Parts: sequence; structure tokens; C-alpha cells
Amino acid sequence: MAVLKEEGVDTIFGFPGGAVIDLYDELGRTDIKHILVRHEQGAIHAADGYARAKSSVGVCLVTSGPGATNTVSGIASAYMDSIPVVVLTGQVPTALIGNDAFQEVDIVGITRPCTKHNYLVKRTDDLARVIKEAFHIARSGRPGPVLVDLPKDVVQGKAKYKPLPEPRMASYHPTYQPNLKQLHRAMALIKEAKKPVVFSGGGVILSGASKELTEFGKKLNAPVTASLMGLGSFPGSHPLWLGMLGMHGTYRANMAIGECDLLIGIGVRFDDRVTGKVAAFAPNARIIHIDIDPTSISKNIPVTIPIVGDCKVSLKALNRLLNEEKVKFTKKARKPWLDQIQKWQDTKPLRYEQKDSIKPQYVIERLYELTKGKAIITTEVGQNQMWAAQYYHFDHPNCFITSGGLGCMGFGLPAAIGAQMACPDRLVVDVAGDGSIQMNIQELATAVQYGLPVKVVILNNRYLGMVRQWQELFYKKKYMATDIEHAPDFSRLAEAYGALGLKATKPEEVDSVLKEGLKSPGPAMMDFWVAREEGVYPMVPAGAALTEMLLV
Amino acid sequence: MQKHTISLLVDNEPGVLSRVAGLFSGRGFNIESLCVAETLDPAISRITLVTRGDDAIAEQINKQANKLINVIKVNDLTGTEYVEREMALIKVQAKADYRAEILRIVDIFRCNIVDVSPAHYTIEVTGTADKLAAILSLLRPMGVKEIARTGAIALGREKK
Ligand SMILES: Cc1ncc(C[n+]2csc(CCOP(=O)(O)OP(=O)(O)O)c2C)c(N)n1
Ligand SMILES: [Mg+2]
Repeated sequence: MAVLKEEGVDTIFGFPGGAVIDLYDELGRTDIKHILVRHEQGAIHAADGYARAKSSVGVCLVTSGPGATNTVSGIASAYMDSIPVVVLTGQVPTALIGNDAFQEVDIVGITRPCTKHNYLVKRTDDLARVIKEAFHIARSGRPGPVLVDLPKDVVQGKAKYKPLPEPRMASYHPTYQPNLKQLHRAMALIKEAKKPVVFSGGGVILSGASKELTEFGKKLNAPVTASLMGLGSFPGSHPLWLGMLGMHGTYRANMAIGECDLLIGIGVRFDDRVTGKVAAFAPNARIIHIDIDPTSISKNIPVTIPIVGDCKVSLKALNRLLNEEKVKFTKKARKPWLDQIQKWQDTKPLRYEQKDSIKPQYVIERLYELTKGKAIITTEVGQNQMWAAQYYHFDHPNCFITSGGLGCMGFGLPAAIGAQMACPDRLVVDVAGDGSIQMNIQELATAVQYGLPVKVVILNNRYLGMVRQWQELFYKKKYMATDIEHAPDFSRLAEAYGALGLKATKPEEVDSVLKEGLKSPGPAMMDFWVAREEGVYPMVPAGAALTEMLLV
Repeated sequence: MQKHTISLLVDNEPGVLSRVAGLFSGRGFNIESLCVAETLDPAISRITLVTRGDDAIAEQINKQANKLINVIKVNDLTGTEYVEREMALIKVQAKADYRAEILRIVDIFRCNIVDVSPAHYTIEVTGTADKLAAILSLLRPMGVKEIARTGAIALGREKK
């Protein structure tokens, strides 16, 4: 516990059980806040949301066996998105390990491929050092989840605690400083480029480099796009902003990738949802790729200039070089390229038509207007997630919290709870689908218990909408197992939990429901009955080139 | 697809082998052989691993292995000067009319006979993968009953 305090832990999301009862007993004697969730998946997603909103390490504490296995989806999600969380799991006493004891599972074995690292602590004397290392590994380099498995006898044992120095590990030293020669080579390409695009990812947000990235984009006078994870790293209202890239990216962003002669990827990993058909990705471009994780570089896309380093340090260095060499890219010099982009924007903007039934995009647009773009948005997974990404324009980092890499339904509500704990004064809204919300809806009880005023906006299409959209487009409209009309009345369910429940079925009700829900002092769930078969567009079919978009 | 012999120095603690093996299976890299034992420093083990892949895959394997927290050093020996050895125990049928021939092969390849029974010899042979393949092809017609191989171990050569 002393180490946890030393690491700055003020909040733990957890759920108790026999194997951690001693830890809980001790936790009760500290001033660390404990948030009792209703399902361990809620605890890990909440820790994830907390970590992202606060740019610090989230902590979750669960019991052995089923408690531990219930966290696995959340750990995998944090791993895919490089989110620093420390997961403390109880374990049966060391003498029983391997005996198929009650509530024993090999959680270290199970989570080996989806944690940055994990530990089984075998001796009380190692406890402090391991926990210290766990935090160090979780937050440094490319961040990620670290699991520490704690056998009951190890935590019951007594050891003298002396404060430890920052861990130094022979086998772990991430590279923060980029190679200067590589930076100079990058500069040469930047100077030559006529049609550059800056592509920003989650790494920029994780390293706190949004300011540097924005400066870089402006200095280059180059259009900037981002992956789903990078939204908010560059202001969404800036004229150089292209919108998101990829499968549901904007027309102009995807076209710009097809045309650009230089692509500067920063803190991205060129995931298949971003690249589309790899062979047709940025076919005319040389590529500079900055990332702290060398394995991300040249994994999916061969690059011209690899730069291994922290995004913030690297961008600072590039900005400094641009200053020193007095390289300027005027509006005039960039005019042909920016004009071309404007033309794409004018021909094929994001669009929808608000007619008789509520359009989900309209709900998000109204949410954006009514919150003045200032809310922290978490999302579930599916169409709701994509509409939130397309129609809520993020001007700041750490405001869009979504399960990007894993796409884990049930993420949004617990993540909103975590974000609300991290930022008590902010408005936190979970943009949800009617399917996903049912995966962790029990966490409404948590929000009510702790008086956390999170808002849930359900885009209720009575479908597993994203899957339905694929069936519509690629499976001859055979809607197999995606109709979920049979569902609870969410507004009444919210009331049953003790939250405010609201419902809108007509377009003219959208504003009043949003206003009432957003200004209510406690948690609120707003159920918007939207046009059932609305699709997310543009869409690049899986495996097609980015420029082969289906449009409305 | 080129063969790569990769030498890893890793923390000598439980679970490390499974992290390395899991990396290979999880990412679809193949392992042709793998050999682990302690180094002079009991806290550190050396894993020698033989795999196949093109340059891009080899680069990923090296980087991914390096990324594992318990891996201290990764050295892809391919394309460098190094020595590689593997040992095999080969149990071969020793019918009366073949015995002299077997002894001659053992002599030529500088192997040892480490166990003798009325009907079998067990031969210990050390060498490169090529040498092992050569002796096996000679012994096979006489009836190889069982074989156990260690997988390759390797060290870089020092500059002369
Ligand atoms: C845990 C989990 N199971 C299944 C999926 C596959 N999946 C992706 S989107 C989706 C539909 C989600 O439905 P809903 O929450 O209603 O969102 P909508 O697309 O309708 O907005 C499904 C089933 C997933 N991403 N996560
Ligand atoms: Mg739905």
C-alpha cells in the first residue's frame, strides 16, 4: 500500500473476493478511494478510462480465478491501445498453486500475450519492488497494462518497507531520443515535399505531444489527419484538419493519402482499419514514421525514414530544426495542394439528411453543439463509435476515449466512470449503441452509488448496427442474428437503477432530451430511437484501397 | 526463406521460455529448433533459436523479441561470422553384416559410440546441421530406430 501511495495512486477500481480480502482490509486503512464496480470488466475499463482522461496510470484490483478472468477483455483492450494500467489480481496461496485449488487460474499464463508484462509474486520481500517495476513498465516507453498476481500468503506476510529508488532494469530501456541523423534525413524530405500529409495517432496523445504536433502541422502548413486513437491530437476545428483516416475516414483524408508525396506518421501503427489494402496505401508517397516502439515501424507498411523515439521529444526536435533552418512553407506555396483538398471536401463532405426519424448523426451534432465541444466522450463499439468520431470534433487530447484496437463492446460506460473519477469537474458522455450498452449496463449502479454524473447517449437502432451494415452491403441484406429489437426500455431501466432515464423518438425531442439529461446533476441515460438502417459512410470495404470508398 | 540463427540472452526465471515461445506462436513465426541453458551468470540464460523467414519477418522477430521485458539481448547471427553446433544421439540397428560399415562411418565423422546392445549401437554425433544430415543419410538404410537432437547452439566468432 505504501508503494501504491508513493506511485501517486489515489483511486482503485475493484471488486473483492477471498484471495484479496486481506488487501481490501488494508486498503480500508488508507485514504485511497475505492470504487466498487459491479463486474470486473467494469473495473478494468474504468481504470483504462481513468488513465486516459488523467494521463496517468489506472489501477484495478480483483480476486483470483473468475475475478481475474473477467478482466481479460479489458486488459486486451488496454494492451491494443497502449494504455497504462496496473492490474492487481489475487491468487491462491503459493503452496496451492498448480493444485487446481478453489478459484485458481493461471492468470499470468492467460494474460501473457495481452499484457506489456506480468508478474507472479512469490515472496513478500519482492512485493514492493515488483509493484514499483509494474508502474514503471506500465507508464514508460510505449505504455501498456501490467498485471501483478498476488498469492494470498504473500500479501499476508510481513516485510519491512523501505522506499525504493526508481527501478533500473537491465533488459528494459525504451528509446526516447530520436537519432539526429534520421531527423536530418526527414527534414530533407520535408523540404522537398509538395503534397505532404501529417498523420497523427494515439502515441501523440500518450506522450502529451499534441501541442508540438499542432505546431508542427502549422509550421508545415500541411493537412493533418489522425487515426481513431489520434483524434484530439490536432484541433478538429482547424482549417488544416482533414478528419479521420481509414475505413470510415473522410473522403478528403483518404483521397489525400492516395495523392500525397510525403506521409509523416507520428505515433501510429498503420493498422489495417487505417491502411485498407496495403499495396495501394499512399502509393505515391515517401513515408517518415516516428514511433517509440520499433516493432511498429515497417511492420505493416515499409517506410522510407524510420525514427524510433518519443513523439514529443521527436516533434520538439523537428520543430527546432525547422526554426533553426528557417524553413517556411507559405500559404501560397501550399496553395495547389490545399486547394485540391478543399475540392475533395466540397464534393464529398460528411453528410446525412435529417428527415422524419431521428438520424444518429444529428444526435451527435446536437451533442457537440450543446456541449460546445467541451465534453469528454467515451464510446461503445460499432456505428455509434464511428458517428461519435466523425461528428464530434475534438479540439483537445484526452477527450475521446474509445476501445480502438480491440473494439470491445461494453467499454464506454465503465470508461466514462473512470474518466469522471479522473476529472470530477468535466462533463463525461458515453456515446452508446443499444447492443454494447447491455454488455456492462450494470455499472449504472456504480455511477449512482458514487454520485458520478456520467451521461449515456444511446443511439438506439435496435440492431447490432455495424454488423447489420456489413450484412446489408456484403451479405445480401440477410440480417442474421443482428436484430435486437427485444430489449429493455432503457429509460425505465435507468430509473430502476436510480439514474435519470429519458427517451426521444422524434427529431424535435432531441434537443430537449439532451438539454435535460446534460444539465441533470446525477447520472442520466438518454435513449434516442434513431433511424434503424442508417449506415456509416464513407466506407472502405475491408481489403479495398482507401480511395475506393462507398459513399452516400 | 532464409534460415536465421538467433541468440537471445534472457533473465533466467520461470515463464521466460513461454514468453519467447508464445511470441513465436502468437505472431505466426516458426521455430525450427530452440535450445536453452544457463550462462556463466546463473541469473541469465541463453536461448539459441533457429527460424526461417524473409528479411522483413526476420526484422520483426528481432524487434519483437527485443521488446519482451525479460529479453536482455537479441543477436541475429545470420550474415555474421559464427560457429554453430548441434548434437544428436542416433540409435541404429547393428546387424552383423553392417557393423563394420557403421564403425567406419563413426570413424569418418568422428562420432562416438556411447551405448552398445546386442542389436543396436547408439551414436553420439556433433556438428553443423549439414554434417548431421549427411551422417543420417548414410545410417538410414541400415535402420535408424530412434533419434534425439539438441537443436543448434551458436556463438559469434571473435575477431582474429
Ligand atoms: C465484445 C464484442 N462482441 C462482438 C463484437 C462485434 N461487433 C462489432 S460492432 C457490433 C454491433 C454493436 O451494436 P450496437 O452496440 O448496438 O452498436 P451500433 O453499431 O448499432 O451503433 C458488434 C456485435 C465486438 N466488437 N465486441
Ligand atoms: Mg445498435
